[in-house]
Amino acid sequence: MAEAMIEFQSVTKRYQGGQPAVDDLTMSIDQGAITVFVGPSGCGKTTSLRMINRMVEPTSGTITVGGEDVTSVPAARLRRSMGYVMQSSGLMPHRSVLDNIATVPRLNGVSRTDARRRAQELLEVVGLAPSLGKRYPSQLSGGQQQRVGVARALAADPPVLLMDEPFSAVDPVVRDELQKELLRLQRDLAKTIVFVTHDIDEATVLGDKVAVFGVGGKLAQYAAPEEILRAPANDFVASFVGRDRGFRHLAFSPSDGVTIHEVSTLTPAELEHDGGPPDGNWNDGWKLVVDAGRRPLGWAGPGRATGAGPVMVPGGSLFRKGETLRRALDAALSSPSGLGVAVDAEGRVAGVIQAAEVLAVIEAGRRVRQGAL
Amino acid sequence: MSNVITDTFDWLADPAHWAGAAGVPARLAEHLQYTGLVMLIATAIAIPIGLYVGHTGRGRVAVVALAGALRALPTLGLLTLFVLLAGIGLMPPIWALVILTVPPLLAGTYAGISSVDRNVVDAARAMGMTELQVLFRAEFPNALPVMFGGFRTGVLQVIATVSVVAYINLGGLGRYLFDGLVLSDFPQMLGGSLLIAGLAIAVDLVLALFQRLFLSPGASSQSNRSRQAAVDLTDPVTAEAVVKGGMS
Repeated sequence: MAEAMIEFQSVTKRYQGGQPAVDDLTMSIDQGAITVFVGPSGCGKTTSLRMINRMVEPTSGTITVGGEDVTSVPAARLRRSMGYVMQSSGLMPHRSVLDNIATVPRLNGVSRTDARRRAQELLEVVGLAPSLGKRYPSQLSGGQQQRVGVARALAADPPVLLMDEPFSAVDPVVRDELQKELLRLQRDLAKTIVFVTHDIDEATVLGDKVAVFGVGGKLAQYAAPEEILRAPANDFVASFVGRDRGFRHLAFSPSDGVTIHEVSTLTPAELEHDGGPPDGNWNDGWKLVVDAGRRPLGWAGPGRATGAGPVMVPGGSLFRKGETLRRALDAALSSPSGLGVAVDAEGRVAGVIQAAEVLAVIEAGRRVRQGAL
Repeated sequence: MSNVITDTFDWLADPAHWAGAAGVPARLAEHLQYTGLVMLIATAIAIPIGLYVGHTGRGRVAVVALAGALRALPTLGLLTLFVLLAGIGLMPPIWALVILTVPPLLAGTYAGISSVDRNVVDAARAMGMTELQVLFRAEFPNALPVMFGGFRTGVLQVIATVSVVAYINLGGLGRYLFDGLVLSDFPQMLGGSLLIAGLAIAVDLVLALFQRLFLSPGASSQSNRSRQAAVDLTDPVTAEAVVKGGMS
């Protein structure tokens, strides 16, 4: 078990006279892991996060970081020892991107030249072009601003990162990109990250551990995401996790048992001279169209020769070898031919998989778990 | 009518009016001196209070109410009162003008600070800035465009109003107005008015240039909209409505 970095001990936050925003929270957060606080609005997840760097002071209870009570150092110094990323980037409009990233090192007394040099490095770390450093925040897209926000949080190399719904204001495609980027960064940096979101998908994708908060500021379940999907602690967690949790849970099952079959392929040039499916061709006449590098382009449908259908239809999602059962099943279900396209690490076609076979693997896995109980 | 206008230009073109202690350059210098003095004192009073109220939110209702009340005071009446109480001299009329100039500066400063995006302030604090650093590194630079708008309004108002000090025996371009009035010398009065208007336009142009050269382009582009709003916010009545709206 990983060592605890942040500990909440019977922490309660009550705003004047009202119901508690956070109610008697006791939990410990692992060092070097991503812990996600998730829950509906008003569940106290953001309040809990903001109590770690004392942006909110608890009504009672103590919080320790690295074994030290957070109230033992001045609030400003405590905050400089933790990176903070928020939903709206919160970048200073009057400062260039570089100077924004350099904020905390400058507060710590690092010289302007050194702080800017470090900022320039960080631009690349978070995947931004070095030339963006001279721009002002208003000249960046939302996704770029969030990347700058992450770079700013990393600038002083703090052991702890607090992220308050950092990706919820960007569009889904960019969000997906930013999530991957965060996981990639985390592999190199191994920070202790506390991440707040209301999106259970984001929580299960990012979290090493997920804490589900219920209304009234109570911690409903705190476990690995796989366990939360497989065994919700109560009805609240089950309903919050949602109807697709069975499908989502597949994201934690390896696809080792899935067979990859051969598939007949043709190039676009061959497709022009293709006379359609010869009698007895397997798979109802579907053929996979690939480019010269064997990367999938789409499917040649059975109706192509008679003119009964389009010559080529777009393919479904791709299953990269070694990915989870969720991806395998989705690839098969989303493919017009009923066959999921499996590709290797370079994106070349490796073969096809069938939904029925993926389901068989899932069922076999369930039997094994059942036997183990 | 055309008589008065040609006479006015004759008056302005007369070299005799451009020399000596009563000449245009000397009056202009006096006018600018008074304006500078009033702005200096008013800024020294209004900016710290405005920063404090804008940053902490404390006393904003009182400030807005006071600013509105002060603005309702009649200029000439206040001037006369100060002279009656404190006697003839440079400072009594200057103080009277300071009292009239503080409200727009105060409202501009307060409005500038409160117009800064709360997320930016929150982030600044979460980065680990102390309260003073939050004020001077996050709020102040981003409030500058709006604050400067209030400053420009104040300067224009003072340039126009400082003319009244001539009423109690001080100099400045206002002399031409009051002397002309006594002598029924309308070309002189109109000439003086044109000079005051010209001075106001020239000074505003210089300030606009200054704003363009020295204020961060990032801050300005962010607050293009809020600068528009600041024009209204320096009016105490609107500012009061904003404050009330913000509290409900």
